[in-house]
Amino acid sequence: MSVTAPSELIRLTASDLAAAMQRGEVSAVEVARAHLQRIAEVDGGVNAFLHVEADRAVAAAAVLDQRRAAGEELGPLAGVPVAVKDVLTTRGMPTTCGSRILAGWVPPYDATVVSRLHAAGLVVLGKTNMDEFAMGSSTENSAFGPTRNPWDTTRIPGGSGGGSAAALAAFESPLAIGTDTGGSIRQPAAVTGTVGVKPTYGGVSRYGLVAFSSSLDQAGPAARTVLDAALLHTVIAGHDPRDATSIDAPIPDVVGAARAGAAADGIRGMRVGVVRELGGQGYQAGVQARFGAAVEVLAGLGAHVLEVSCPSFGYALPAYYLIAPSECSSNLARFDGMRYGLRVGDDGSRSAEEVMALTRGQGFGAEVKRRIMIGTYALSSGYYEAYYGQAQKVRTLISRDFHAAFGQVDVLVSPTTPTTAFPIGERVDDPLAMYKADLCTIPANLAGIAAGSFPCGLAEEDGLPVGFHVMAPALADDRLYRVGAALEAALASSWGGPLTALVPDLEVPA
Amino acid sequence: MTAITPDEVAHLARLARLQLSEDEQRRFAGQLEVILGAVAAVADVAAADVPPTSHPLPLTNVTRPDEVARCLPVDEALASAPSREDGRFRVPRILEEEA
Repeated sequence: MSVTAPSELIRLTASDLAAAMQRGEVSAVEVARAHLQRIAEVDGGVNAFLHVEADRAVAAAAVLDQRRAAGEELGPLAGVPVAVKDVLTTRGMPTTCGSRILAGWVPPYDATVVSRLHAAGLVVLGKTNMDEFAMGSSTENSAFGPTRNPWDTTRIPGGSGGGSAAALAAFESPLAIGTDTGGSIRQPAAVTGTVGVKPTYGGVSRYGLVAFSSSLDQAGPAARTVLDAALLHTVIAGHDPRDATSIDAPIPDVVGAARAGAAADGIRGMRVGVVRELGGQGYQAGVQARFGAAVEVLAGLGAHVLEVSCPSFGYALPAYYLIAPSECSSNLARFDGMRYGLRVGDDGSRSAEEVMALTRGQGFGAEVKRRIMIGTYALSSGYYEAYYGQAQKVRTLISRDFHAAFGQVDVLVSPTTPTTAFPIGERVDDPLAMYKADLCTIPANLAGIAAGSFPCGLAEEDGLPVGFHVMAPALADDRLYRVGAALEAALASSWGGPLTALVPDLEVPA
Repeated sequence: MTAITPDEVAHLARLARLQLSEDEQRRFAGQLEVILGAVAAVADVAAADVPPTSHPLPLTNVTRPDEVARCLPVDEALASAPSREDGRFRVPRILEEEA
């Protein structure tokens, strides 16, 4: 069977696309063109991309087609398009981090993640929209306008990686790269009905990932199916001498786990712990209902389900909103208007210090300014112990909670985020309400463990996607895929494919 | 609860090299007060005997052989500079005029 119509190509999974190219049924150029055409048609309404690299994508695809025609053995995702969050540096391609302060910046080097995508033969379509410097949960903090959720374009696609998630749900790309400091891969995946994984801290290189909070930041894969995410995970993960915190250990067999999880008895006997503290008041009824039904599905597949308590998780959100701003206030000091990016007020009379303050005042948006000031406050003498010092102790307690819980169970589960996608504009002036979107995802970042979000259906009251959050011990990333794949295999028949099969048609201008 | 005044916002902004308008100072004062009030909850945890965690991994010093490798050529390093002069970054004056 040959599938070459562009409208069909864009709906295929990455693994099916790769297989079709391997069989010679379709070329990498045709695949790239189909996705670029889709972007041209629908991205005016979605705004998932900040920058589309059409000519380079087609040229890179043509090179792959030639190599394949010459008999070269290419990797398992060769020729598959991928969208890259605009917080990873790309040589010769703009990188803005969603900020005016970096508008037009063209980095002179590739992030390791990007080098590995190129080396594996993936075709980079462009850079995706995000909350400025990855600070936010809605992509409304982008200096270049919000991204819209393909399920309902009046709603947010999550954040900070809303562009990557929306690109998947809008069928603009089958694969995307995200980064996750407090939930920025997983929460967008949840509200767009896609798959997103935050690998174990240190599992994927941070070289070329513009730093927000260095002890929490982690890049990871996003896709429409669990197997596709696992294939992408394998491409980008692994030790990198250029990142001193990169773990020198074999990549967990996530592809094997994704295949095993989808097979009969894939999760039989697995111990699944439902986190008592991540549910109840403040959680949307339809989110709780879908989450509960998914837990039942896992139990029906032979998993042992029990409730587990992690008493310190209630303090994860306040600890995070001290630690991340503290690290960001230091990391973002590099944006000083001296070596790259925006420079304001350099009129010959003003000092470097005045130019810096003017540049940062005009270059940064409100949320970035808030966080820099919170971090400055938390780290100042007199407040340090009560705020930053105490937050670091909470971090220890959260790691201990995980350690105790993983003594009883193989994975922990919760909803990914307390609600479905909220309307654009609803929380922009209420930072605390916005922060609560990350309630369930933050503990994993603080402890550096692996976690992922997998679609588990639509909420009854609004018909919007709900994410199922799975957490596993450090370096046991494979368990996420095993559980995610079991869930996907059990639910896909009721959806007619991955959950994104149910995304309403986007308006395509005639 | 800590009260944050617009003057304190101005002080923090100075420390962080952020030029803010008066309107921003007023708006951020209220928002920072709410956020700092909420995150202060970390103080409720009795943790006198708990060691702090600054990083999820046990960090060890990473070394590598000292080998010559390609580094960024000057032109590439300066390609995105806001201003350049004689193969260097040109910056505004960094010292005050005569006192």
